[in-house]
Amino acid sequence: MKIIRIDKKEWNPGLTQARQSYRLVGPVADEAGDVAEFRTLDAEQMPDLAAADTVLSPKAIVYPQSEVMFEYSTDPGDEERNILKRPAKAYDACAVVGIRPYDAAAFTLVRKNFDTPDYRDPYWCDAYEACTFVGLAVNQPDSTDFSTSVDSGPFSEKGLDVLLVDTQDAYLAKVLTEKGEAFMTAADWQTAADASAEAAINDLQAAAEAAIQATVQYDRIKDLSILDLYNAPFWEDVGFACINCGTCTYVCPTCWCFDIQDEVRGKIGRRFKNWDTCMETQFTLHASGHNPRGDKVMRVRQRFMHKLKYFLDKYEDGLMCVGCGRCVRSCPVNIDIRKVCNTMNSYDPEACACPV
Amino acid sequence: MSNPYLPYPVRIDEVIDAVDDKSLKTFKFVFLNPDDEARFNHKAGQFAELSIPGYGEIPIGIASAPTEKGFVMFTVFRTGKVSAQLHSMQAGDIMGIRGPLGNWFPWEQLEGKNVVIIGGGFAFTTLRASIVYMLEPENRAKFKDIHVIYGARRPGLLLYRDELMAWEARDDINMHITVDGTDDPDWKYNVGFVPTITEQKAPQADDDTYAIICGPPVMIKFTQPVLDNLGYTHDHIIMSLENRMKCGIGMCGRCNIGKELVCKDGPVFTLEQLNLTPREY
Amino acid sequence: MSSYIESIRSIAEKWLADGDVELVIGFRAGSMPLMNEPCLVRTPAGTAQLVWDSNCGINLANYITGRKEKIGIVAKGCDSRNIVNHIVENKISREQLKIIGVPCQGMIDRRKITAMVPGEILEVREEDTAVIVKGADFEETLAKADVLQQNCAVCIHRNPVIYDELAGELVAEQDGIDRYADVKAIEALAEEERWDYFEKLLAPCIRCYACRNACPLCYCPTCFVDESKPQWVGKSQDPIDVRTFHFLRAYHCAGRCTDCGACERACPVGINMRVFTKKLEKDCYDAFGWEAGLDPDVRPPLDTYRPGDPDAFIK
Repeated sequence: MKIIRIDKKEWNPGLTQARQSYRLVGPVADEAGDVAEFRTLDAEQMPDLAAADTVLSPKAIVYPQSEVMFEYSTDPGDEERNILKRPAKAYDACAVVGIRPYDAAAFTLVRKNFDTPDYRDPYWCDAYEACTFVGLAVNQPDSTDFSTSVDSGPFSEKGLDVLLVDTQDAYLAKVLTEKGEAFMTAADWQTAADASAEAAINDLQAAAEAAIQATVQYDRIKDLSILDLYNAPFWEDVGFACINCGTCTYVCPTCWCFDIQDEVRGKIGRRFKNWDTCMETQFTLHASGHNPRGDKVMRVRQRFMHKLKYFLDKYEDGLMCVGCGRCVRSCPVNIDIRKVCNTMNSYDPEACACPV
Repeated sequence: MSNPYLPYPVRIDEVIDAVDDKSLKTFKFVFLNPDDEARFNHKAGQFAELSIPGYGEIPIGIASAPTEKGFVMFTVFRTGKVSAQLHSMQAGDIMGIRGPLGNWFPWEQLEGKNVVIIGGGFAFTTLRASIVYMLEPENRAKFKDIHVIYGARRPGLLLYRDELMAWEARDDINMHITVDGTDDPDWKYNVGFVPTITEQKAPQADDDTYAIICGPPVMIKFTQPVLDNLGYTHDHIIMSLENRMKCGIGMCGRCNIGKELVCKDGPVFTLEQLNLTPREY
Repeated sequence: MSSYIESIRSIAEKWLADGDVELVIGFRAGSMPLMNEPCLVRTPAGTAQLVWDSNCGINLANYITGRKEKIGIVAKGCDSRNIVNHIVENKISREQLKIIGVPCQGMIDRRKITAMVPGEILEVREEDTAVIVKGADFEETLAKADVLQQNCAVCIHRNPVIYDELAGELVAEQDGIDRYADVKAIEALAEEERWDYFEKLLAPCIRCYACRNACPLCYCPTCFVDESKPQWVGKSQDPIDVRTFHFLRAYHCAGRCTDCGACERACPVGINMRVFTKKLEKDCYDAFGWEAGLDPDVRPPLDTYRPGDPDAFIK
C-alpha cells in the first residue's frame, strides 16, 4: 500500500487541481464563525482542518436531512397524474476531504441498512458510491472521543479511500483504495514518501490512541439476552432527564431512521424522505391511537438497546456507534452513552435489584 | 436493483362496502402495466404499501390469494389521513402499490398439517387470502383438516360474509363463524366471543396441528390461554403483527420489536419467537 | 453555592424519609464540564447525588407535567414561575408539590465560554464571582458576569416566587435592567433588515424540536407541527415551514413564557430563538402589564377579559 508525501505547500494547489474532476466537500466554519459543519466548498474555499469536530456529523453529505424521492402531478387533467417519478439528480464525483476516521467508519455501518441483499436504497447508495473519502487522522482526540473501544479509532482506515496524517510540514497519505488512487492522481499528489513514513505514522497513531481516556465495554452485552437488558431496572434512572428532543439522533453519524411524507403545492406533489427520530412520541404511533412506545423511558431505552444490543446481535459486527462523542457533547441534559453502555455491560440480572 | 420505494401504478377497479357501517371498504386494484402483476407475485400472509400520491402510504395485508388472477384485493379500515382519502376514492382513480412486502405464513411447513385459523374483527384479510389459497383445488390436498374460527361484534361487521357462508357449506373446511351478540332471529351460526368459541371448537393440539391467529390485542390476550390449555406449544402458534410502518422494506427503522423488523422479519412470527422479543407492537 | 448543595440534600432527605414526597427532582453531576443531569431520587440515601451550581440552566418544571405522585422539586426563580404556570394551567396541583426554592445568581452560558477559550474545556471551577476554565494547555479566569446566559443577565426574578423551604438566603433582585434591549434593537431595524435577520437566525434550524421539548410550556399531547389531520406544517427543510414552527410556537408561549432560557440552551446549533418569545413577552407587558408565573391565584390576561383591556386592534 502506497504512502504519498504531500508537502503542505502542495496542499492548496492539489485541491485546486482536484476541483476540476471532483466536487469538494469539507468542514467549514459557518457565517457566525463557530459551528463547523461539512459543506460543499465554494470555488476557492479550503476545508478547515484545524477546526474542532463538527456539531452535525457529515452524514448529510450522503443522506440529506430532507430529500425529494419522487415528484408527481396531481392535476386531474394530466395523463401522467399520480405517477411517481424520481427527480433527475447528477451524482457527480464528490471528494469528502478532512472527514474524521470515525465518521467514515460510520458510513460502513449505515450501509448495512441501506444496501441489503433484498433491497437497495438508491438515494443513499448512489450518493455514497459517488463519494471518495479522504480522511484526516486525529492526532489529538477530544475527551469525548471513545472510538478505540468501539472498533474504530483516530487512525482507523474503515470506510476511507485515503487516510491523511498530519506531520507538521506535510501530510502523509495512505492510499487505501482505487478510488483513493484516482483522487491522488487528480490532485497530482504523486510523490512517494520515504522509508521513515510508516514509522512516523505508527508513532503518531500510538500517541493518539494512548491519549483516548474514555472507553466503553460491551463484552458482556453480547451475552445478556435482549429481554434481560430490556427489563433491567435502570432504565428509569437512565432516561429520566431525557426530553426526547432527538438532538442525539440528528448529530449521530450512525443514526439513520427516516420518515416518508407527501407534500403538495398547487398541482405538483413531492414525496420526501426526512430524517426522523425514535425519540419522538409520534414515531411509533398507530393510526388507532395505540402507541407501543408511548412512554418517554421506553423511547430512551429503544435508542440505547438499538445501538448497543439489537444492532450488535443482528449484524455481529460491533456496536451501532463509532465513538465520536457528538451526542455526549450536544445532549442538553447530559445523558452520556458511555455511562449507559457501561451500565448495560455491568448489569447482572441475577443480582438483587437495589433501588437507587 | 430497482427502486424499492417506487410503487406499481394501479387503477381502482371496484370499491365494495365491506361492513354495514362502512368503516371498512374492499378495494380491487388492477395493475396499469400487466407485467407488474407477474412481478407482484405474492404469498398469502404478506402485505403491501398502498400509496396515494399527495397523502402517503399505508401498510395493508393482502386479502386476495396469489391464485386469484387479474387483480389484487385489500380491505381497509378508515382511521387516518391516508385511509380516509382512500375511502373517498372511486373506481377509475389511479394510485400505487408497493409490494409484496414482509414474510408470509409458513406454507411449506404447513403442508401435511392441520391448520386452525382464528381471526377477529377486521384482522381477517390475510386469513381470507390463506383460506382461498388452501381451498384452491391444486392446493387442498396439501393440507389436512382446516378449521376456521372467525368472529365479529355483530353479523354486519363480518368481512366477506358471502364467502364465509359458502365455505360453511363445504365439507372440506370446518367453519365456526361467530358474533359476540345479535338479535337477528335468522342467525344460523355461533354466538360467543372468539376465545370462547375457540375453546369449544378448536381441535386439541398435536405435533401436526398449527394455529394461525390474527386479531385485535384484546382478542389475542384472551385466546392465547385457551390455546395453551388445549396444549398448543408456542412454536405451533403463528401470529401476524401490526406496527407503524413507513418504508416497508426494513430501512426506516420504526417498526422494530427488539432486533426484528415487523415489515421484513415479519409480520408473521411464531409465538415462540415473540416470547423472546420486547412486546413493542 | 456549596451551602446550597448541603441544604438541598438535607431538605430532600428529610422529605423522603418522612414520606412527605415520593420522589425528588433535582440535578446530579454531569459527565462533562459545564453540564449537569436532571435526576429523579426516590430514597433518602439517593439525595447524596444532588448538586447545585451555575450549570443548572435546564428548567426542572418540564419534568412534573402529568405526574401523579407527591413530588419534591428543586426550583430557582424561573423554574418556580413555570411551576406557578403549571398550577394556573391545571397541569399539576399545588398540593402535590413540595418545592425547595433556590435563590439564583444566574447560570453560565456553555456556548459563550467555549467560544472564549482556545481549546477543549476539560475542567471548570467556580470561585465566588469567577469561573476558572482549564484545558490541556490553557487556564483562564473569566468573570461570571461576563459569561452569564443571556436571559440570566437580564433577570429580575431570581428569587423563587413559590416554595416550601429555601435552600439559602434570598438574593437581591437586579434593578435598572432593560429586559428588552435586544428586542428593541430588532424592532428598530428597517423591515428588510429585520427579515434578513430572521432568515439568518433560523437558517441552521434542523427541526429537532429540542427547544420545544425543553420548554415546560410545551406539553400538548400532539404538537401542531405533528398533526396530520389536517397537516398544518410541512416536515421538510422548506424555510416557510421552519419559520411557521418558530413563530407559532412563540405565539403559543405568549403570556406564559418566563424566559428561563432552556430552549436556547437545548438547541444543538445555537439558535437564539428567545428573540421571538421575548418580543411577545414585551408585548404582553406593554399591553396588559403582565408578567407570567408570579401568582398562582391570578388568571393570565390571554384567558380573561377585563373591561379596559386594550382594543386598538379591533377595527
